[in-house]
Amino acid sequence: MSEDADSAVAALQERVRKAAQDGEGLAVTGGDTKSFLGRVSRGTPCSVRAVQGVVHYEPTELVVTVRAGTRLTELESTLAQSGQMLPFEPPAFGEGATIGGTIACGLSGPCRPYRGAARDFVLGVRCINGKGESLRFGGEVMKNVAGYDVSRLMAGAMGTLGILTEISLKVLPRPACSQTRTFEMPGEPASELMTSFLGRSLPVSAAAYLDGVLWVRLSGSEAAVSTAAGVLGGDREAEGDAFWSQLKEHRLDFFSHDSPLWRISLKPQNDVIHFPGKTLIDWGGAQYWVKSDAGFEALSELVRPYGGYITGFGSRDQGARSDVPQDAVLKLNRGLKAAFDPAGILNPGRLFPED
Amino acid sequence: MCSTDERRPYECDGLSGYKALPGVVVLPDCLEQVCAVMRLCQQYSVPVVARGAGTGLSGGATPHPEGVLLSMARFNRILSVDPVACTARVQPGVRNLAISEAVAERGLYYAPDPSSQIACTIGGNVAENAGGVHCLKYGLTVHNVLAAEVVLMGGEVIEIGSEAPDQPGYDLMAAFIGSEGLLGVVTEITVRLLPVPPTAKALMAAFGDVEQAASAVAAIIAAGIIPAGLEMMDTPAIIAAEDFVQAGYPRDAAAILLCELDGTDAEVQTEIESVSSLLFECGARSVDIARDESERQRFWSGRKNAFPAVGRISPDYYCIDGTIPRRALGEVLLGISELAARAGLRVANVFHAGDGNLHPLILYDSGKPGEFERTEALGAEILQLCVRVGGTITGEHGVGLEKIDQMCVQFGKAELEQFHALKAVFDPEGLLNPGKAVPTLSRCAEFNAMHVHHGELPHPELPRF
Repeated sequence: MSEDADSAVAALQERVRKAAQDGEGLAVTGGDTKSFLGRVSRGTPCSVRAVQGVVHYEPTELVVTVRAGTRLTELESTLAQSGQMLPFEPPAFGEGATIGGTIACGLSGPCRPYRGAARDFVLGVRCINGKGESLRFGGEVMKNVAGYDVSRLMAGAMGTLGILTEISLKVLPRPACSQTRTFEMPGEPASELMTSFLGRSLPVSAAAYLDGVLWVRLSGSEAAVSTAAGVLGGDREAEGDAFWSQLKEHRLDFFSHDSPLWRISLKPQNDVIHFPGKTLIDWGGAQYWVKSDAGFEALSELVRPYGGYITGFGSRDQGARSDVPQDAVLKLNRGLKAAFDPAGILNPGRLFPED
Repeated sequence: MCSTDERRPYECDGLSGYKALPGVVVLPDCLEQVCAVMRLCQQYSVPVVARGAGTGLSGGATPHPEGVLLSMARFNRILSVDPVACTARVQPGVRNLAISEAVAERGLYYAPDPSSQIACTIGGNVAENAGGVHCLKYGLTVHNVLAAEVVLMGGEVIEIGSEAPDQPGYDLMAAFIGSEGLLGVVTEITVRLLPVPPTAKALMAAFGDVEQAASAVAAIIAAGIIPAGLEMMDTPAIIAAEDFVQAGYPRDAAAILLCELDGTDAEVQTEIESVSSLLFECGARSVDIARDESERQRFWSGRKNAFPAVGRISPDYYCIDGTIPRRALGEVLLGISELAARAGLRVANVFHAGDGNLHPLILYDSGKPGEFERTEALGAEILQLCVRVGGTITGEHGVGLEKIDQMCVQFGKAELEQFHALKAVFDPEGLLNPGKAVPTLSRCAEFNAMHVHHGELPHPELPRF
């Protein structure tokens, strides 16, 4: 397996070198489950699937090193056998999802405000830059400040800075116990209750509001969860796990509505922001899912006073209707792109418009 | 400030072996002044070295003799606290501990706690990606800083990061944190605040054997427990600390483990019981649970004072900062004692055991000719050992000037070139903190050439260029 993976990496390097020479764009894919994200990029498909396998996993070090083309389901079941998990609860959006694509897209699940985002758990990467060089940054240790933190920069870069071939991640023990409580209540008090979790020592691991019901997940030791359940009250929800999994994978009925789906990122606050269409509040108020026909400009108008960001989340052409970095920051973004990929061949235009 | 007397206090940071008088010291007190300095320095190609409290241990703030030393000391205000979102906006010269003190009445605190937290500034923490004893559970600076205002070389002001999750474009915060002042000067910082845990309890275990202590750390984590702090000390460090602060450490132990658990009362009680039985199962000679807050403080006092304690038993000491995969601890400690014996020097070890960050303290006497040079050489060998077992040359102190040659061991030519290309995006002329953090390729060529003995490269198993 290791030799296969090495030769697959070598083949990818060769592919990239040739593409750089010819100025041929490459559309880098893992399981091709998140092609609806981001902007349309031009390029010949270039798959990382052949670079697979868990390289090294020592549960007591809380670190796993895995090749990018490894399926997310395979990695998660390996970790589960040792009672551990990917702490950021990544959405897969399909059976074929790979860990490389997961990190490149930088998406995190319902636990994000309480445990951290995908980027928070990246310790090191091997990647192929736009010149076809195989580079290694970071490592398998939790504290490492040698050189710029390029590994973390790769999270959410959508493969535009380099093709990830191997990733080291911090993992955590699965909580001993999990329980979901529900509360029927209007939006304003629900929002206040959700934001209050940030400043309280409660083992909250997810909080969402949909159709007049606040859903709160508690995770931790048995003692911690039952004490917190007593403090919070509400009703114990037997189908809690299914709810969080369907929310993470966008399989709740809410997501099947016909209108385009928008993701709106916001600083958590007590106010509820009212958008035209249907709304699901996630991440304790820091992320709104909005099903709306109102269009990017109209939604932008509503978000601007709160300093939030909008991402079109339904399909490729909608991806173009997303916030992009502005002015000086966009210039730095373009500069970084050129520093890693001088010929501009890795997923060109996927993250922000080309020059 | 231009006179020699005024410039003298800035000639070094916490790594006093490296000194240089800055060309001029500038103490701006507003954003416009920082922009003006950066604009002028760009115009006249003058190097700029930014400085916080100067507590860094790698020479990251060592001045440039022909450059501007930009002290951010006057940027010392907490600008706002948002108790709803649990964030604070602060200026870079605010001391790390001052943030927690300011928000304590709201039951909040700022988690990263480097040992210099009484003095070090949050701006310096951002430059170095500072850690501390609680980072296994609560993360490093990079996990606790959300946004920053940055002045680029040339004077342009940008805002990076965001209080909203997942801002568009690349994660510039990730690139900036730990960039050792090479990419820009931070002028405002938004930090995340956490609720103070209702309960914190500490226990101390003594071991007759270092390997047993290491296996106890693995056992605790395998049991699904993430302690708030997990620290190890070896015999020389134990004795030095005990002589200094009488923390109640057993002098005859080969190693002690300090373990802190925090959370709700119920949670901590269950974990304390599991951890103490695990410690005994792994061969602990004794396990003491702090009965009250003052005993907890006493347990920690020995660890927190380990550096000055070692300072008492030796005229000088040199602190090393490698990180290793924990499974290699036994091998590395043995390697260190062999290397130290060969160099004729003594070493005391303190270890952030939870996250693998090892701080060997080399004892030496700068009064004895050649001893500092031997100490530096031993330090370099220890760091190379850390890289060989899969670790890194710096866990939390940064590369600065001190470890610039060891960067040539950890990284190859292509990675170093990539770092330089990244730097050039922000600072094409290389005026910000020149000569630090990332070595030039020619420096590495010289370093590697110097270390070729008998026609063999050191560590032939490592990739070379």
